[in-house]
Amino acid sequence: MTFGRVLMRHVGVPNSTSLAVYKADGGYAGAARALQMTPDDLVELVKKANLRGRGGAGFPAGVKWTFLPKDRTVTYLCVNADESEPPTFCNRVLIDSDPHLLLEGVLIAAYATRTTVAYIYMRGEFCEQFHILQRALDEAYAAGYFGHNILGTGHNLECYIHRGAGAYVCGEETGLIESLEGKRGWPRIKPPFPAVEGLFRKPTVVNNVETLACLPHILTRGLDWWLSIGTANSKGPKMYCISGPVNRPGCYEAPLGLTCRELIYGADFGGGMRDGKQVKAVFPGGLSMGALRGDLFPKPPDGKVDPKQDYDELDCALDFDDVRKYDLLGLGTAAAVVVPEDADIRDVLLNVTRFYAQESCGQCTQCREGTAWMYKIAQRIRAGAGRRVDLDIIEETSRNMGMIPGLSICGLPDGAAWPIRTLIQKFRREFEQRIAAQEPGAAQSLIRRTNAAAYELPVLHGRAVQPAGGTFATPLDVAPPR
Amino acid sequence: MSWRTIDRRTAAEQDLGPGLNDAVKEKIRSFFPRYPTKRAVLLPALHIAQDALGYISLRAMRELAELLELPPSAVLDVVTFYTHFWTHSRGRKTIVLCRSLTCELMGGGRVREGLEQRLGIGEHETTPDGQWSYMTEECLAACEHAPCLLINEKLHKGVQAEDLDRILVDPENDHLDMPRSTLFDAPAETKP
Ligand SMILES: Cc1cc2nc3c(=O)[nH]c(=O)nc-3n(C[C@H](O)[C@H](O)[C@H](O)COP(=O)(O)O)c2cc1C
Ligand code: SF4
Ligand code: FES
Repeated sequence: MTFGRVLMRHVGVPNSTSLAVYKADGGYAGAARALQMTPDDLVELVKKANLRGRGGAGFPAGVKWTFLPKDRTVTYLCVNADESEPPTFCNRVLIDSDPHLLLEGVLIAAYATRTTVAYIYMRGEFCEQFHILQRALDEAYAAGYFGHNILGTGHNLECYIHRGAGAYVCGEETGLIESLEGKRGWPRIKPPFPAVEGLFRKPTVVNNVETLACLPHILTRGLDWWLSIGTANSKGPKMYCISGPVNRPGCYEAPLGLTCRELIYGADFGGGMRDGKQVKAVFPGGLSMGALRGDLFPKPPDGKVDPKQDYDELDCALDFDDVRKYDLLGLGTAAAVVVPEDADIRDVLLNVTRFYAQESCGQCTQCREGTAWMYKIAQRIRAGAGRRVDLDIIEETSRNMGMIPGLSICGLPDGAAWPIRTLIQKFRREFEQRIAAQEPGAAQSLIRRTNAAAYELPVLHGRAVQPAGGTFATPLDVAPPR
Repeated sequence: MSWRTIDRRTAAEQDLGPGLNDAVKEKIRSFFPRYPTKRAVLLPALHIAQDALGYISLRAMRELAELLELPPSAVLDVVTFYTHFWTHSRGRKTIVLCRSLTCELMGGGRVREGLEQRLGIGEHETTPDGQWSYMTEECLAACEHAPCLLINEKLHKGVQAEDLDRILVDPENDHLDMPRSTLFDAPAETKP
């Protein structure tokens, strides 16, 4: 491999969390260089590097910083270390092995945005990581990288770690801000965006851990090096996570644009499937970005990408653009989980719907009710009492929630709709086979047993008369209730 | 959040549970300079209070409200939003089991069954001897070690149902192999 790891170069190095080891390897040189520049030049540099956020949305960090009002007096920097998207763990690996890289990034970003107080919002389940980062921070304070008059430049920066307490929505930037203010993590209606009015009603920048960890390398290695890595619109290295029944689950660094197949089968990455199994499905960007079909499906004969056909989709390149061709929401966190051929797709659906039903914060009706409704349907399908119309109901529900149709405050329901809808669409054949294999009348009898009233739905008749080409393409397969 | 219903207006004095001592309050006050508002100290304060008492008692909520100049309902509001905080007492050790996709694919369901069988309790319950409490959580961000669980602060990796006997008696259960920061821990003398 010609690509040299930079974000993960200290993984496995003994004592890599100490300042001495980090400095011996050129640590804090990027910050020293940044402090020589003017903040505006620094923002310009990051803009030129097209450093896109690694937290999920992929918004260019430099551009985000320019949204800060020019005449501001106080600015806050929030570091998003809430990593709670299953199955993502790259931020954890980074903090575990290289906490000073993050702190150097914080220092650079704070200088560029003229921030004097930075909060690192870290999820409550990170116990070991909290101790590691706190120790690194104490060391950095003692060495003069934080506090008053940093390295004699007159720039001040206080940095605090704020521990969360277990809530997925607190990873959403305004949810994080609310949580930091000591409230429940209810995302805010935007606008105003945090850059204008955020933490304590002051201009605020929220950036992911990995985004900030890229900054020191851009400064020390230069723009040309950075722009030479990755694909056209996605520059730089990225930490890819792979988990599930592969031979080498873990976190691996590669230039943006690694294909999903390589991530699973590459000898430097996942190392292939355990016991030679085939891949049924893979969620390549954390759950929220949707699912791809695995190599259990045949390869497309003409090599064309068409997410409507049942073909192998592992050739999807994991960068910010290619994923969209495969009907995924985006790159997300680039953390893949592999579903093997022998897993029951109904279990996967149940687990995924449960997650979002649990984690919806409950402010917006369609998110709170929609996720819970889909979970209930998934439970019923799993219990062997599914109907084919249930698949349509889930699909319709998932199309009617989220920010994309403009119905919600935050992006959680979009992140819920995508994996659930792609699961139903891409694996519909298996769902239908499972439903066909149920005991005859199972759905009706379960419903009558548990709640007779609930399922005498007049909607059933209404649905049947919907014009063809509406949201319901499949004819009803259940007899109307008597 | 783990929740047990109680009428808060008419709660008798003895039902309010333990309160915070001066050392804990002092520790909480030491967070004031970090934030421009007192309310923002609530989350760190709850961490410290739960560390001292094992859970957030009604009395602690009232005392925190006074300390941070908030209505008690605001404290209750936050406590019940976050899964980390308990509103009733729990065992000496708390097991947090991951239930997200990777862990489940790798056998987490069997671990969960084994655990419930062995301890004889359900989620958010405590064994009669007061040793163990147990809850499930979404992804613990350690998916490469799936299935995994936390016992207090220590992460156990690659746990299969057969390993439970060994893990539950591990004397190192509460031990991290590293120097700790005392920042969010309650002062030592207040721990039960
Ligand atoms: C429901 C939800 C959960 C999120 N969780 C996280 C998270 O755990 N970590 C993270 O870095 N970003 C998360 N994000 C993305 C943040 O809102 C935000 O885009 C990101 O922190 C911006 O940082 P970046 O520009 O450096 O990527 C989440 C977004 C949503 C809608
Ligand atoms: S969309 Fe869902 S998670 Fe987001 S604010 Fe609304 S209810 Fe909460
Ligand atoms: S899925 Fe269990 S730790 Fe991530």
